[in-house]
Amino acid sequence: MQLFNKLFQAIDQTTSTNAKVNALVDYFHEASTGDILWSIYLLMGKSSGRVIKTALLRQAAYKLSALPTWLFEESYHIVGDLAETIALCLPPPQHTKLYTLSQTMTFLASFSALPDDEKEQTIINRWMEIPASERFLFNKLITGNFRVGVSKQLVIKALAIKYNKTANELAHRLMGNWHPHQTNLEKLILEDILSEKSFEPYPFFLAYQLEGAPEGLGDINEWYVERKFDGIRGQIIVRNEEIFIWSRGEDLLTDKFPEFHPLKHSLPHGTVLDGEILPFKEDEILPFAVMQTRIGRKLLSKKILASAPLVMICYDLLEYKGTDIRDRPLSERRKLLKQLVDGLVVNTSLMLSAPVPCSSWDEVRKAREEARAYKCEGVMLKRKNSIYETGRRRGSWWKWKVDPFTIDGVLVYGQRGHGRRANLYTDYTFAVWDNNELVPFAKAYSGLTDKEILEVDNWIKKNTIDKFGPVRTVTPTLVFELAFEGISASPRHKSGIALRFPRILRWRRDKIADQANTKQDLLKMLDSKGDK
Amino acid sequence: MLTFDNKGIYCARADLYIDPWLPVNKAIITHAHADHAHKGNKHYLCHTDTAPLLKLRLGNDISIETLNYGEQITINGISISLHPAGHIIGSSQVRLSYKDEVWVVSGDYKLQDDGLSTAFEPLKCQHFITESTFGLPIYHFPKPAIVKQELHEWIQKNNEQAVNSLLVGYSLGKAQRIIEMASALDMPIYAHGAIVNIQQQLINAGHKLYPVQYASFDLIKTLKPPYLLVLPPSAIGSPWLKKFNPYEIAFFSGWMQLRGARRRRNVARGFVLSDHADWNQLNSAVLSTNAENIYVTHGYKSIFAKWLREEHKLNAVEVETLYEDDLLMREDTDAAL
Repeated sequence: MQLFNKLFQAIDQTTSTNAKVNALVDYFHEASTGDILWSIYLLMGKSSGRVIKTALLRQAAYKLSALPTWLFEESYHIVGDLAETIALCLPPPQHTKLYTLSQTMTFLASFSALPDDEKEQTIINRWMEIPASERFLFNKLITGNFRVGVSKQLVIKALAIKYNKTANELAHRLMGNWHPHQTNLEKLILEDILSEKSFEPYPFFLAYQLEGAPEGLGDINEWYVERKFDGIRGQIIVRNEEIFIWSRGEDLLTDKFPEFHPLKHSLPHGTVLDGEILPFKEDEILPFAVMQTRIGRKLLSKKILASAPLVMICYDLLEYKGTDIRDRPLSERRKLLKQLVDGLVVNTSLMLSAPVPCSSWDEVRKAREEARAYKCEGVMLKRKNSIYETGRRRGSWWKWKVDPFTIDGVLVYGQRGHGRRANLYTDYTFAVWDNNELVPFAKAYSGLTDKEILEVDNWIKKNTIDKFGPVRTVTPTLVFELAFEGISASPRHKSGIALRFPRILRWRRDKIADQANTKQDLLKMLDSKGDK
Repeated sequence: MLTFDNKGIYCARADLYIDPWLPVNKAIITHAHADHAHKGNKHYLCHTDTAPLLKLRLGNDISIETLNYGEQITINGISISLHPAGHIIGSSQVRLSYKDEVWVVSGDYKLQDDGLSTAFEPLKCQHFITESTFGLPIYHFPKPAIVKQELHEWIQKNNEQAVNSLLVGYSLGKAQRIIEMASALDMPIYAHGAIVNIQQQLINAGHKLYPVQYASFDLIKTLKPPYLLVLPPSAIGSPWLKKFNPYEIAFFSGWMQLRGARRRRNVARGFVLSDHADWNQLNSAVLSTNAENIYVTHGYKSIFAKWLREEHKLNAVEVETLYEDDLLMREDTDAAL
């Protein structure tokens, strides 16, 4: 793992994109093909899987570090990362063995099959064998939490340099559910024929949020304006009367979405649709929460299928009758898409995302503002002549979300954060007033500047009235304005509501706790605009 | 013999304070860092090497008396002497004895030899006051020689790419160590004004240190990369850093042992280099005193005190002081130096 550890350190110790790509290319030159295969798998964010229960891992760490449990756990709260805490607390290794990345992954696979009572000693032995500098990485792999600061696009860029292929081809080859145990580098990257990968999705084209005025985009007539639906972004692939449905997270969800299965007979061979999958009933989009419940089910009963039927609102066509048309202008792709969908004799599951007619940017503004009435998050702006690119890019596609809901809440609990926020109180719980009582309604982790985080951290340490494990209860004093995307009723929460993506908008230093919003204010939002 | 009150560590019999944070009549100062050496005291007593640093910070007109290591004075029957603490140049432990009773106030200390400050001297006593900045078993600092070698490799890599190396550490203590380590490469070293002042003051006082040049913007404009520049922590994140483009930046601190601490600071590279004692050093320092009573101040005080009670069966208590234990606060105040 020496080389992979060197790569990990190199990436971790720089913020320069070029330096990261260089380190990757160097690694791909030096490492064996087996190791490269595993490294791609891990660097693309696929998990090695957790092969040991955390409790068991802790037991082994207590034993080898010879620390009292309480002291190890105090250390963990300061470090904020279990893999790192263990690496820092263990004694120096006795003798050093060098395992390659592939050997380590093979070890992990056999390790996971061991009975629990053998795991402790096996992992202790391994810890004492490998160099101290590799323990952190090893622990990350064993807990299935390996992550490092490179995007998929950077990995693909480096592979493209090493193997002299285009980034687009590599991106496509690396989509989907491949596993190093079931393929090899030759098949994955080098082999000419793509036939076996033909059920894999194309890399999704993603948009950035528009910042500043839309006028900067030029002539409105060069743009399509569409509603930005709030569902699951997906790709439907039909080949040889077979259907595959992929989410943007590259999960194969075919079995979860039986509604679309008849399409394998009605759509021509070689069709790939891009769109938003969402629950839709009686001419109305249902709340996102309905979708979430449905996705969570293992078995889809008739009742569930009837209460939350899904459709795809299609907005792009990537492959038409077996030809990759991503390089053609959007206007042309849309025309073919419309023909295809309109031409279906029986169609209960595909809809078209109709462009919102706008002849000025002010009309676009209006369309954006009324988004919530359409159960949408905002609008999408797409250049009519844009090709379908890969990954998140600026330029020809933009999303323009509506301003979030906002509310003022009182800080009531603080908890230490993890990772770069370890050892600082950065995870906050906020409350609103319900008569004379404060009811917690949201947790938020992000939104403050580093300087503000320090200030709040300091304040929490000085104004703690109670400690419960890692949570501190503070004097209700500080008021923060929170932003969130949606609000829905939730019997599981004490406040009776659940928020989507709550985050801190700003610190209201001008307000005292009494001036924060009330539960009544939240309920009003629920009635007026939010999901019901 | 000693008590802790709202002004600092107090010795009633000699009527003096050690490292008081509010103005008093007589103050013994363990070392010249801002959280230990406050202004406004009538009379100061410190080590000979600390005096010029105190004057630099508090003004030339302060009333100051100095002692060498091991030299003893007696006030109202209490014998007082200063002994090396190994923290920074001039840093001292304060030993106070009255009849058979001996107390030692260690201030900040480390057991690692940094080649600049006089090495820590273990003292026998019954009462030992210790810091606990790195009082957790996650802190195990590497040998300075290893850090020095890593630093050289890092600078050479930057040099090959014609990128400037920005080296960040506290102005007093850490900066001198960074400069000594980097000086072996025989490149000119530039520095922030605060660091130049301290370096010059120490050189004037007779310390053999590598001279650094003040990095004025006019001078920087004429320099071609790669060069070395030493900065205090307040420089991180400041907009004028871009004047030093292209650069790589590294931070030197014991906190760099933690990945989270490094990433929070937005510096890509962290070198684990500390003027404090790590876990093993703290334990060995405490045990070497043979003291039964341990007073744990700034740092992970409740955790370290509990450990000393449970593991070593010592009478260890935590003591509230105003010495700063939060690294970020300390970094912010460092700029004032």
